[in-house]
Amino acid sequence: MSVSIRVADVRKSYGDVVAVDGVSFEVDQGEFFGILGPNGAGKTTTLEIVEGLREADAGSVELLGMSPWPRNTALLPRMGVQLQGTAFFERLTAREQLVTFGSLYGVGPKKADAMLETVGLTDKAGTRVEKLSGGQAQRLSIACALVHDPEVVFLDEPTAALDPQARRNLWDLLRTINGEGRTVVLTTHHMDEAELLCDRVAIMDHGKILKIDPPAALVRGLDAATHITVDSGHLAPADLAAIADGVAETEDDGATITFTTRDPSTVLTALAEHRVLNGLRVRGATLEDVFLELTGREYRA
Amino acid sequence: MTSYLSLTKAMLIGLSRDKSTLFFTLLFPLMFLIIFGAIFSGGGTNPSKVAQVGAVPVLDQLQAQDPDALKDVLELSTVDDEAAAIKMVEDGEVAAAVKQTGDLVQIYYSAADRTQAGIVTGVLNGIVTQTNLEKLQVAAPEVAVTTVRIDQVEDESLGSIQYLAPGLLGWAISMSGVFGAAMTLVTWRQKKTLRRIRLAPVSVGAVVGARVGNTLLLALIQLAVFIGVASLPFFGLKLTNYWWMAIPTVLIGALAFLAIGLLVGAVSKTSEGASGLANLIILPLAFSSGSFYPLDAAPQWLQTISYVSPLRYLNEAMLDVMVRGEGPLSVLPNLGILIAFGLVVGFIATRLFRWDDI
Ligand SMILES: Nc1ncnc2c1ncn2[C@@H]1O[C@H](COP(=O)(O)OP(=O)(O)O)[C@@H](O)[C@H]1O
Ligand SMILES: [Mg+2]
Repeated sequence: MSVSIRVADVRKSYGDVVAVDGVSFEVDQGEFFGILGPNGAGKTTTLEIVEGLREADAGSVELLGMSPWPRNTALLPRMGVQLQGTAFFERLTAREQLVTFGSLYGVGPKKADAMLETVGLTDKAGTRVEKLSGGQAQRLSIACALVHDPEVVFLDEPTAALDPQARRNLWDLLRTINGEGRTVVLTTHHMDEAELLCDRVAIMDHGKILKIDPPAALVRGLDAATHITVDSGHLAPADLAAIADGVAETEDDGATITFTTRDPSTVLTALAEHRVLNGLRVRGATLEDVFLELTGREYRA
Repeated sequence: MTSYLSLTKAMLIGLSRDKSTLFFTLLFPLMFLIIFGAIFSGGGTNPSKVAQVGAVPVLDQLQAQDPDALKDVLELSTVDDEAAAIKMVEDGEVAAAVKQTGDLVQIYYSAADRTQAGIVTGVLNGIVTQTNLEKLQVAAPEVAVTTVRIDQVEDESLGSIQYLAPGLLGWAISMSGVFGAAMTLVTWRQKKTLRRIRLAPVSVGAVVGARVGNTLLLALIQLAVFIGVASLPFFGLKLTNYWWMAIPTVLIGALAFLAIGLLVGAVSKTSEGASGLANLIILPLAFSSGSFYPLDAAPQWLQTISYVSPLRYLNEAMLDVMVRGEGPLSVLPNLGILIAFGLVVGFIATRLFRWDDI
């Protein structure tokens, strides 16, 4: 498999603020790569350097075998970018927007209609961009990034400020895009999003990448507790105390009981013996735990 | 080429849906034309007030022949007392007093209003001369008399529209040129549209070119609308032979102001800042370049200042070809100055151009 993006020891400061502090990573062709980190971690700056919107102070970037800086017009048609926030032409309708962006790449209006279909905005074709909801605007913005069939797609926090349903719809769209063989680079500050979508995740904090691995590998080998949840009311307090004794912490909020344990087998076996597995959910370590482990801080977006 | 055309089209669609810009570039200047036109039309022909002391046969005879003869020029009132009449002149109630004793017509005027005094003495002199001529012809009909006929080139009552239309048009063109370019640049930068375009294989030339195309088209529409409205019978604009030279004049003027707009857009961070700066530039230009009143009527120092205003050259060029009847070549120096100005400012603007606000 060939490498689409190669970033080596990139640095960028704004005055005294070190935004990117020696970042290196590689993204394979067709990979879904995530950069995860809290606000101000340097995700956007890193992405902009890779896209060729900013010049790095030091280090090297190679995108599809070429340097994106200074502005490289040979590279531009091969990459699609969705900027953080939506960059549209004022007062144009969704369709006009797509047609305009398409023609900047020499793509005809038919493709615009196909893209509207792909992102589920066909019924909003004649609506002005100012009148679209957050999720619709975000989808249109992604459609604009894809209208010329780019090989590499950059998405900067595409699901920020969306409601849960809109986020889930967008996730489906992003999986489709990646499924078509495109390399996708996504930044996010949502742990669950990175876990769900990405083949590999780079965890970034204070301008540095702390670790890069597939989500499962990041979590594996982590000495983190497992959370076991069952419905309340089926278990007598004495039995509860007996099950938890020495192996788990418990918390009963009236609806569910949560056991936080490092010995899930024992707890689950005991619960099964008491036949109280109603509403059972088991949650292992998450990227949140990884972040805690790596930084010593609770993750806060 | 296709990207240039599609950017032009995108901008044009955006513009056609932008009600406030359309208002400020088309309707707002037209409102001024209508208001000023209404104020000034009919303002030029108020008859001068004259007090006559007792009977003044030269005037009385004329009015006996044709009661309306003096109606448009003089408004006569009769007083019996010469001293009272002179007092009226001194107080400015009338422009002049006139008294006739035998063959002597005596006129009293005040230097306080020389224009009025000039008109009245001129008119009365003319009447007396006319009377003398008639007497002469009766006495010696075989003597040929030389007469003078004076016709004003423009219909005086409509004079104001003749300078108002080109002047306000110049103002409208400067506004849309400066605001259009500055606002596009700033809002596109603020909304990151410029960044997004930068990520497409498009040249800066295509982006600026699209704005140029829009500005030129808008200038032509402004010219058509202004000429159309001002030529309505109510306003009565009369264009002279080479008015079509106003087309290249307007286009070149629009480019000069577009250059200013690009500069404003390059140095402003926010759209509020840009519109403030644009106003700060345009209003003084409009007032010092004869957009709202004829430059000849302005004080000398203002006329001197006007030589550094590009709007002056646009206004003067339009006046020359649209209403003064000058030939098409007469405006070439003005056009040359506008082009030079646009090139210099435009060059500075491209040096300061930024895709991003960092
Ligand atoms: N244009 C800029 N000028 C100055 N500082 C900036 C600029 N852009 C980002 N920063 C700073 O750089 C750091 C990283 O920002 P950014 O890359 O936007 O992080 P993220 O996208 O992860 O939230 C932050 O401290 C931010 O304040
Ligand atoms: Mg960011």
